Amino acid sequence: MEIENKNKTREKKIGRRDFLKTMTVAASAAAVGGCSVSSSDIAEFIQKHFTEMDKDELKAAIKRLEEKYKKKYGKEFTIKGTAPIDKTFFGYALDLSRCIGCRRCVYGCVSENNQSRDPQIHWITVLKMEKTKGVNLEESTRYYDPEKVPEKGFFYMPVQCQQCERPPCTKVCPVQATWKEPDGIVVVDYNWCIGCRYCMAACPYGARHFNLAEPSIPNEEINTNTHYLGNRPRPKGVVEKCTFCIQRTREGRYPACVEVCPVGARKFGNLLDPESEVRLCIEYKRVFRLKEDLNTRPQFFYFFSGV
Amino acid sequence: MRNKIKNFMVVVKDVPKGGPLFYGWVGFLLLIIALGVYAYSLQMRNGFIVTAVRDHVSWGFYISNFTFLVGVAAAAVLLIVPAYVYHFQPIKEIVFMGETMAISAITMCIMFVTADLGHPERIWHLLPGPGKPNFPGSLLTWDVLVLNGYLIVNATVFFYILYKIYEGKDYHKIMPLIILSIPLAVSIHTVTAFLYNGLVARPFWNASILAPRFLASAFCSGPALMILVIQIVRKVTKVDINNDAIFKIAELIAYTIGINIFLLGCEIYKEFYSGSIHLAPLKYMYFGLHGHNALVPWMWASFALNIAAFAIFIIPKFRDNINTLSAGCVFIFVGVYIEKGVGLVIPGFIPETLGDIYEYMPSKVEIMVALGIWAVGALVYTILLKFALPVYKGNLRLNSPK
Repeated sequence: MEIENKNKTREKKIGRRDFLKTMTVAASAAAVGGCSVSSSDIAEFIQKHFTEMDKDELKAAIKRLEEKYKKKYGKEFTIKGTAPIDKTFFGYALDLSRCIGCRRCVYGCVSENNQSRDPQIHWITVLKMEKTKGVNLEESTRYYDPEKVPEKGFFYMPVQCQQCERPPCTKVCPVQATWKEPDGIVVVDYNWCIGCRYCMAACPYGARHFNLAEPSIPNEEINTNTHYLGNRPRPKGVVEKCTFCIQRTREGRYPACVEVCPVGARKFGNLLDPESEVRLCIEYKRVFRLKEDLNTRPQFFYFFSGV
Repeated sequence: MRNKIKNFMVVVKDVPKGGPLFYGWVGFLLLIIALGVYAYSLQMRNGFIVTAVRDHVSWGFYISNFTFLVGVAAAAVLLIVPAYVYHFQPIKEIVFMGETMAISAITMCIMFVTADLGHPERIWHLLPGPGKPNFPGSLLTWDVLVLNGYLIVNATVFFYILYKIYEGKDYHKIMPLIILSIPLAVSIHTVTAFLYNGLVARPFWNASILAPRFLASAFCSGPALMILVIQIVRKVTKVDINNDAIFKIAELIAYTIGINIFLLGCEIYKEFYSGSIHLAPLKYMYFGLHGHNALVPWMWASFALNIAAFAIFIIPKFRDNINTLSAGCVFIFVGVYIEKGVGLVIPGFIPETLGDIYEYMPSKVEIMVALGIWAVGALVYTILLKFALPVYKGNLRLNSPK
């Protein structure tokens, strides 16, 4: 409602404003009828796409979310809208020789990025592969639970969003709720996603996950330091994915999976900087990308450092 | 003008009137719809966890039914071509039944896609202006466009012709729109096929043969349903429908089943002979993969039904016998329902992109919602026919005493 009033002083497309007004009236009517709809629900309902909100509108949207999360988790949240850093194009490199398949990255990611524990969502999948078969997805398995890793005769391949240069997922989204940011990160506006799951059908890397139910995260484990397009708690019925820890990396920090990896298999940096770790990997190791034949051009490189 | 419309609406008053059979039928449909609404409310409250859809198989029964019903909507065009292009009188008399079927099928399609959304209340994000439609990038926006276009065209043609007949005037002014509905019918299938076809992540769908197969199978199942419905309507309403119309449609189906089976053969040859890893989905469908074989009995049943139907439709003795013909129609309808529904959508996700296998079977909630939507379609069809029949039967005219 507040946003609507502010809008009146501004030059806006008349069509949109009239439409939104009608929707407000309709939603208010529904609110009176159903009683369970609050004014902030209505404001959220008519909220614009992330890239089309001005500063005030984004502020209001963030405030609404912070209040909502406080009610739900009893904690003060920080929701940032940090913009991409200039002349930065993020890239990732992963050393398959070093990875031991311990899955610390998986769980580090879950707690950093507020993934639902039940139903369980993992943004990183670690595949166990037979050494004699090489990188063969069809013959790999994600289900392994030995006493100790690594197991003899196997190597491990963690897969997460490859932040493709030509992402097939954003291309198919009917409402542009997911797009590639100038720094190379593919993001989702959880308040714009209609939950059609077309992007999940389009992703060749199983990187997109759907909130089948209201996500559940223990209050004491919630991460309150969040980004609007990243790790803020998601509603049910929307798609989510790895964002290279947008809340961290846009502030010059490493993604959580890089930090938590006990063997240093994960490298991250700016592809435009020739001295960055990821560029050094590309320069001095021989790298490959997953499903190169699909021409999605991942910004995620795999390499073997040695034995 | 206003008076004319008022007169025309007289017919509306008769729509809810009928015998015990009619009330029983409508009551039955309303009951199924109520159950569907209840199941959908569970899905809205708890999320998709109440369905069998998971990350690995992210589309299920709703999208399967949607895909199949796009095919059924073709029924109209296989009547329109002989009626308006070749002026075949027996079919011209029943062409409105095809249009009503298209209207009902598209209504169901739109409902199935909507039921599949995690946030249906955000559907306005698709509208140009207030929303942010990804056009022409996303094939889903194309589908929204052509499906609604086809719905509007068919509804316009249907009501216009009905009104003109009622007035006792010539209705051929609308010919351009009728002709337009022919390429539109092709476009809804093509766009729906392209929706899957363009995904590099899913080799099972990423094959050029997909759109032709869509069209071929659509032109089997839709007209087959038409033949069955014609017979039911003929029995229940005592309206006179010429057998020639039925046999002409049957002849057309004979061709399309043949083409459909041929195209399936092309696909099977290519995948099995080359034997690349892209064979996995087909192997899963017909033989099972790594011990997972939930679809196998269904796919073989579909295969057997298609072959049996083909035999019935190409042998004149069986095709010209209304009983065996009806059996053939049931066979091909069920055969294509399996093949172009679950048999098309699910194997696209098996194995999933990283090689894992999750076997999908629709949950009770999904089945109830789907039945509810089918019941809505049947109700829409019943009401439209109830509305149109008095005019078409010729006992309701502007100048008639009523």
